[in-house]
Amino acid sequence: MTTLLSAPTIDADPFCDEVLADPIPLQRALREAGPVVHLSTYDILAFARYEQVHAALVDWQGFQSGAGVGLANFRKEPPWRPPSLLLEADPPRHDAPRRVLQKILSPRALRTLREKWLADAEALVDEVLGDRSGTVEIDAVPELTESFPLRVFPDAVGIPAQGRENLLPYGDHLFNSFGPHNHLIEAGEPRAGELLAWTTAQCRREVLAAGGFGADIWAAADRGDILPEQAPLIVRSLLSAGVDTTVHGLSALLHAFATHPGQWARLRADPALARVAFDEAVRWESPVQVFFRTATRDIEIGGRTVPDGHKILMFLGAANRDERRWGAGADRFDLGRDPSGHVGFGMGIHQCVGQHVARLEAEALLTALARRVEHLEPAAPPRRHLNNTLRSWESLPLRARIA
Amino acid sequence: MTEVVHAKQSRERANAGTARVAAIHTEADGVVSLVLTDPAGGRLPDWAPGAHIDLVLPNGCTRQYSLCGDRWDARSYRVGVLREPASRGGSAYVHETLREGELVGLGGPRNNFPLVPARRYLFVAGGIGITPLLPMIAQADLLEADWSLLYGGRTRKSMAFLDELARYGERVRIAPQDEVGLLDLPRFLGEPREDTKVYACGPGPLLDAIAVTTSGWPRQAVRTERFTARDRAAGVRDTSFELTLARSGRTVVVGPDQTVLEAVASTGVDVLSSCRQGTCGTCETTVLAGRPDHRDSILDDDEQQAGDCMFPCVSRALGDRLVLDL
Ligand code: FES
Repeated sequence: MTTLLSAPTIDADPFCDEVLADPIPLQRALREAGPVVHLSTYDILAFARYEQVHAALVDWQGFQSGAGVGLANFRKEPPWRPPSLLLEADPPRHDAPRRVLQKILSPRALRTLREKWLADAEALVDEVLGDRSGTVEIDAVPELTESFPLRVFPDAVGIPAQGRENLLPYGDHLFNSFGPHNHLIEAGEPRAGELLAWTTAQCRREVLAAGGFGADIWAAADRGDILPEQAPLIVRSLLSAGVDTTVHGLSALLHAFATHPGQWARLRADPALARVAFDEAVRWESPVQVFFRTATRDIEIGGRTVPDGHKILMFLGAANRDERRWGAGADRFDLGRDPSGHVGFGMGIHQCVGQHVARLEAEALLTALARRVEHLEPAAPPRRHLNNTLRSWESLPLRARIA
Repeated sequence: MTEVVHAKQSRERANAGTARVAAIHTEADGVVSLVLTDPAGGRLPDWAPGAHIDLVLPNGCTRQYSLCGDRWDARSYRVGVLREPASRGGSAYVHETLREGELVGLGGPRNNFPLVPARRYLFVAGGIGITPLLPMIAQADLLEADWSLLYGGRTRKSMAFLDELARYGERVRIAPQDEVGLLDLPRFLGEPREDTKVYACGPGPLLDAIAVTTSGWPRQAVRTERFTARDRAAGVRDTSFELTLARSGRTVVVGPDQTVLEAVASTGVDVLSSCRQGTCGTCETTVLAGRPDHRDSILDDDEQQAGDCMFPCVSRALGDRLVLDL
């Protein structure tokens, strides 16, 4: 394929352990190589600069999602689970599910949750910090960034308390499945069927509590806005995409503050910065690092032609640190920056439909922490958890000085 | 004391929500279609069948028109405009004065009439009511749903887009009143069926007749839209207005070539945004006083009427002054 080879070639495997542990050097190399890069390991074209990633994300007509947003091409191979009606669907099939979910998760709809989540966050922070004074050491991942979403989000969806511990491994395997069939996927495979079955079982009408997002989705089916058989798959989208991503976004946020102490002081002085802080952390660490699309025709981008039916790989994390867009300080976490327009939630018709939920969770947790913690710093080096799609964490030891 | 800052105007682009009239075509007696493009040649905001836009005409009139083009073409919109006999300046202006190449203001798209999934659709159009149904039909066909259209009008010559519908053959029934009389709705709609949705758009009497004919149907199976565009107050989007940020005590003048978001940023106040197209909801801001001129794709018509919040990446003010909770 001359069109593929005429782009600068990079041999590195973006899904190997070293890169997953620290993707920043490869991101830099990809951006420098050119607007469109040929990844020889998978024989696909990739974009790492903001301009091309943004352009490809919004062009749903040229770059479809329905052939899968991972490396697997659903035109040629069957997916491991029934495709998502949102993430892995194009218009017109994508329209109704998206419309229903967008309404249920809109900022206006979330207003009723706000007070409760702020109170929940305060309660959790009080449990974790206790009535201690001086300096406290915590592992932020299990104690805060996993426990807070797992405390509020499944309740908001309306699933029972039992079995919630399955949500994280299910999401982890799902996001691994967007990459190549490597050892990460293999490690998840033995439990995949069981986790999928559990998740699917939570999406049934009779399981979901009244008043939750899940019941709202079934109500949309009763109104005829979606078909009844679509409702469980849309609930599944919430459970698939709503937990791991938020957990890692929150971890990124606390890691950012611990490593940029001046920014914590700034937040304490102006707690209204909590909202901007989360988006800046999502820009800076990009919990969702990469997504694929498939060209629907020969399509030109960045001066190259992507042939019909070919997968492209968009490096969202790299675009979010592109100096061409963010300036020389792109690698810094900076509350003085306007992170608007980052592609950490995607862009266009597939832009993260749960982004307002994630922002509210982050605002609640950060507000509660900022009230009690005067200073944050790393207590030990953080430990990454490797995932083919997510910039993910296993442990984030922090030392907090109580105010 | 408030501090007045005259914000710098952004130079790269015209107004958020400006379109160029790229072409005007005669579609039937008394019907023209407008093809609208972004003056800078970029993408226009995404839409789905049933969506309408607000068109702000150079004479200040704001009118709503259903989009009836091809959503796979991201660089143009098409609307059909019927010359209303009792026009108060909207359709008469489009038919008599508007010329190719002119700029018009654009709001939305918004969708109060979305196409929901079904195995079978029955479409009923009266006159210019065909416009929102055209893209619905294209999609129903694409999805290989079982569908048919009953399309009525005064005379064959007054009915727009007949040539485009011709390719669907048997599925389309053309019923001009001077040839076949009133539409035979009971016969076309038949008995209610679980798998069927009815979509209808047209003048009041037609929709009333559909309501009577389908009175025994489940309510959610029948979806209608009246094409008589609801008049809105004339937009003042192209002039400056004063913006007060209540919490920070700043006042700024929003210039004609700048968004509210840009004006707010120029005072040093941060509003988080993302899509900057009025589609994602990130920049939602509470309105404390003044009437917003909504240009977003998020709020439905009732929510827009409430006027208690707005999306400053695209929306402006109807009056001389707006107060936001910022
Ligand atoms: S930034 Fe998306 S609605 Fe304003």
